[in-house]
Amino acid sequence: MAFDSLSEKLQNVFKNLRGKGRLSEADVTTALKEVKMALLEADVNFKVVKNFIKTVQERAVGQDVMSSLTPGQMVIKIVNEEMVNLMGSETTEIAFKAGNDITVILMCGLQGAGKTTTTAKLAGKFKSKGKKPLLVACDIYRPAAIEQLKINGDKQGVPVFSMGDKHKPVNIAKAAIEHAVKNNHNVVILDTAGRLHIDEDMMNELIEIKENIEVFQTILVVDAMTGQDAVNVSEMFNNKIGIDGVIITKLDGDTRGGAALSIRAVTGKPILYAGMGEKLTDLEQFYPDRMASRILGM
Amino acid sequence: TGFSNIDDDFYEELEEILIMADLGINTTAAIITDLKAKVKENKIKEPKECKELLIQSIMDQMDVSETAYEFENRKSIVLLIGVNGVGKTTSVGKLAGQLKDKGKKVIVAAADTFRAAAIEQLTEWSNRAGVDIIAQQEGSDPAAVIYDAVTAAKARNADVLICDTAGRLHNKKNLMEELKKIDRVITREFPDAYRETLVVLDGTTGQNALAQAKQFNEVAEITGIILTKLDGTAKGGIAIAIQSELGVPVKYIGIGEHIDDLQKFNAKDFVNALFN
Ligand SMILES: Nc1nc2c(ncn2[C@@H]2O[C@H](COP(=O)(O)OP(=O)(O)OP(=O)(O)O)[C@@H](O)[C@H]2O)c(=O)[nH]1
Ligand SMILES: Nc1nc2c(ncn2[C@@H]2O[C@H](COP(=O)(O)OP(=O)(O)OP(=O)(O)O)[C@@H](O)[C@H]2O)c(=O)[nH]1
Ligand SMILES: [K+]
Ligand SMILES: [Mg+2]
Ligand SMILES: [Mg+2]
Repeated sequence: MAFDSLSEKLQNVFKNLRGKGRLSEADVTTALKEVKMALLEADVNFKVVKNFIKTVQERAVGQDVMSSLTPGQMVIKIVNEEMVNLMGSETTEIAFKAGNDITVILMCGLQGAGKTTTTAKLAGKFKSKGKKPLLVACDIYRPAAIEQLKINGDKQGVPVFSMGDKHKPVNIAKAAIEHAVKNNHNVVILDTAGRLHIDEDMMNELIEIKENIEVFQTILVVDAMTGQDAVNVSEMFNNKIGIDGVIITKLDGDTRGGAALSIRAVTGKPILYAGMGEKLTDLEQFYPDRMASRILGM
Repeated sequence: TGFSNIDDDFYEELEEILIMADLGINTTAAIITDLKAKVKENKIKEPKECKELLIQSIMDQMDVSETAYEFENRKSIVLLIGVNGVGKTTSVGKLAGQLKDKGKKVIVAAADTFRAAAIEQLTEWSNRAGVDIIAQQEGSDPAAVIYDAVTAAKARNADVLICDTAGRLHNKKNLMEELKKIDRVITREFPDAYRETLVVLDGTTGQNALAQAKQFNEVAEITGIILTKLDGTAKGGIAIAIQSELGVPVKYIGIGEHIDDLQKFNAKDFVNALFN
């Protein structure tokens, strides 16, 4: 890597501090400047960073620098603990309804985030677990969106329910549930059109779906490369339609992925999976601790 | 904002605005340092005046040259490249529609042969724009599609050939090699064509967009940026960092999903939006 890792930088900051008994406020402030830079560089939201630094600062000042630890390591330890506090430490699985009740999953998010691809990836995952999924084409706007879902469903060997682009998504969803009941599907995944969080009509469309059918899990799909705006987007999707979890896509790129931390901090909702490529098998378990290290550049 | 003095708090607020607009810490720090020097040099006392100076200097930096749209007047080949889902195919459709409306003969090439229904998607856009499309089957060699398209553009005496390509992450070596090959085919088959290579960046993207621009620039010399999805709440400030580092200008912005939602870049509107 071209740049020094954060831990190297922190060791440098504290080079002359070894043997000092306690961390002073000034020591900590200098060190946390590096942490702040690392987080901002990783696209963690400015306000989230500010709160985070404040918390770490309060905890670190006056800490005994135990003989076994250098001051740098002490700060890293506290930073790590607070990262885990924010990101969570456990992996989370998508919840299913008990028995053979139909679990309806609604996929939503901004344009181009990866919803349609992820819908098909999830279908493959559920199928291999013995579920009987049905995919539903509720994107009536994007050119060839239905065709895209059909091709991907075919590749996964999972049926796709579609009524073309002349019906309202809520009606397509209702009909899909009836179809699922008749054909013994126990998971229904609704692929919806990309939309902006500030587009009221389009947000209302999702609200209407949730008012008319029983959605068990609403999943927000977010591009890992998203910058400062991740906070606006996830907050508004969560406040307006309510989300249960998040899937982060395109983590096979070289982005640090600070959006993950921002989203977690403002919604408190777990990140369920990570998209790791364009192939329909490229969906992985999400490990919050690994993500924390990636964001910090450690 | 309600500052009466140019003090640390004032600069801190400017810094916050710039970082929240995705300029990134390095570019933000450089801009603030430069601003402080100018404030001193020009003996500026009013926060309002200081802010105007900041706006003006970013505006000057982002201004697009007169010759930026020269390809419109030439026999040209426009290549759109970028990572997944940023808005390449949609932008090809919008641009084709605009040029067609100006009376140009336009052909679009479906060189994304990989993504499910990418060809159908571009076909729909070519219908909306009322232009010809050159396409093969899903899974065929994209360089072969480009070869066909260049041949057709010459044979039909088209004014502009606009090529859609598959989304690819800039850290994927083999996919970037594929792009190089596409670029080489164009150069070889139509050396006299005026070239315009636009990297499409999602306006919501953070610092990674700089890495994208750099890497794409290495495989195909980029001549401009299309910054999409500026109809949301993201500001697209990383384009400023890219302009400072690579000198590549934003030429178009995407502001929606309809055929008319592509505009030529206006530095003044863009910079004002950063502060609103
Ligand atoms: N590299 C990579 N590409 C991905 C990943 N997930 C999706 N993509 C690609 O991202 C692009 C957009 O994916 P879609 O599934 O069409 O996104 P969408 O959210 O359905 O888009 P809209 O319906 O237009 O809003 C496609 O090129 C996908 O192949 C991922 O995890 N990694
Ligand atoms: N709101 C908004 N949406 C846009 C804009 N440009 C494109 N989109 C949407 O973004 C999504 C992705 O656009 P595409 O044109 O398919 O993107 P792409 O880069 O070709 O994607 P891949 O080929 O899969 O890499 C679609 O839903 C488009 O309608 C824009 O300026 N604003
Ligand atoms: K995106
Ligand atoms: Mg989709
Ligand atoms: Mg495309």
